[in-house]
Amino acid sequence: MTWAALIALCVVSYGLKAVGPVLVGGRELGPQLRQTLDLVAVPLLAALILIQSLGQGHQLVADARLPALAVAGILVWRRAPFLVVVLAAAATAALLRAVA
Amino acid sequence: MAAIAAPPPARALSSAVGIGLAVGLYGISFGVLAVAGGLTPAQACVMSMLVFTGASQFAFVGVLATGGGALAAMAPAVMLAMRNAAYGLSLVTVLRGPLRRRALEAQLVIDESTAMARAEDDPGAARRAFLATGVSVWICWNAGTLAGALLGGGLGDPRALGLDAMFPAAFLALLAPQLRRPGAPVAALAGAVAALALVPFAPAGVPVIAALAGVVPGVLVARSVRS
Repeated sequence: MTWAALIALCVVSYGLKAVGPVLVGGRELGPQLRQTLDLVAVPLLAALILIQSLGQGHQLVADARLPALAVAGILVWRRAPFLVVVLAAAATAALLRAVA
Repeated sequence: MAAIAAPPPARALSSAVGIGLAVGLYGISFGVLAVAGGLTPAQACVMSMLVFTGASQFAFVGVLATGGGALAAMAPAVMLAMRNAAYGLSLVTVLRGPLRRRALEAQLVIDESTAMARAEDDPGAARRAFLATGVSVWICWNAGTLAGALLGGGLGDPRALGLDAMFPAAFLALLAPQLRRPGAPVAALAGAVAALALVPFAPAGVPVIAALAGVVPGVLVARSVRS
């Protein structure tokens, strides 16, 4: 039973990933469609950032992740290197949790 | 254009390795939780290799661990996997090779690889960033799963290291350069508001999909800018 569900999940998750690259990827796309597709990741990433920073089940909570995101935001604004941004965010959350 | 937006390959590579290592630590906790939830180590490893979508996998073993059946575990896992379809669509302009290559690349379509690719303006640089991140995350996620499934607990909580705060920071750094595109700030704002508004009511995974609605005002603004 577990194996059957597992294999089904493998098939479904690959199918979802493949819709764009396999089904749409081979075609020539008009400029308007290209422009729209180029914008698709933007709202998804914005939502992911906030849900990963604030979400806890069905609640929105402000915990150590929020100051960590603020630190990351300042560093991104100051054009800090990617790894500096990421490590500073982790360090902020880790420190706040160690203190609490 | 590329000189401003595209980091040199070495920097993209170090970002890919960095994000891979963090994902690897989560892979360890996935392996531990998967076995604790009732999967065999073989099942946990097959899942990480073939499903290869962290959020879905955690949701699946989470339901198993609380006594739900394997079929009940499918629903939240599929919900969380749906955003990969949108990611795949956003990568259509980046993954332009022959069908066989695109079919393989599709397996690497996840949050991290999409974010890293879309942060590049040049399609070639975007594809290299996608592959570097996808491969790095795939290797680390699977190595972590294997280690966690075989070694079991006692490896510590990733939250104590602040790793859960790392991912939004990484996605923010990768989203920032994309916000220079016409309509992108509006799309980001509208998507974020739609998603947050749904968190209290909607099943896990749905809010991020709903953020897709942000594309509509984004495109409208981009067109009015251009005309």
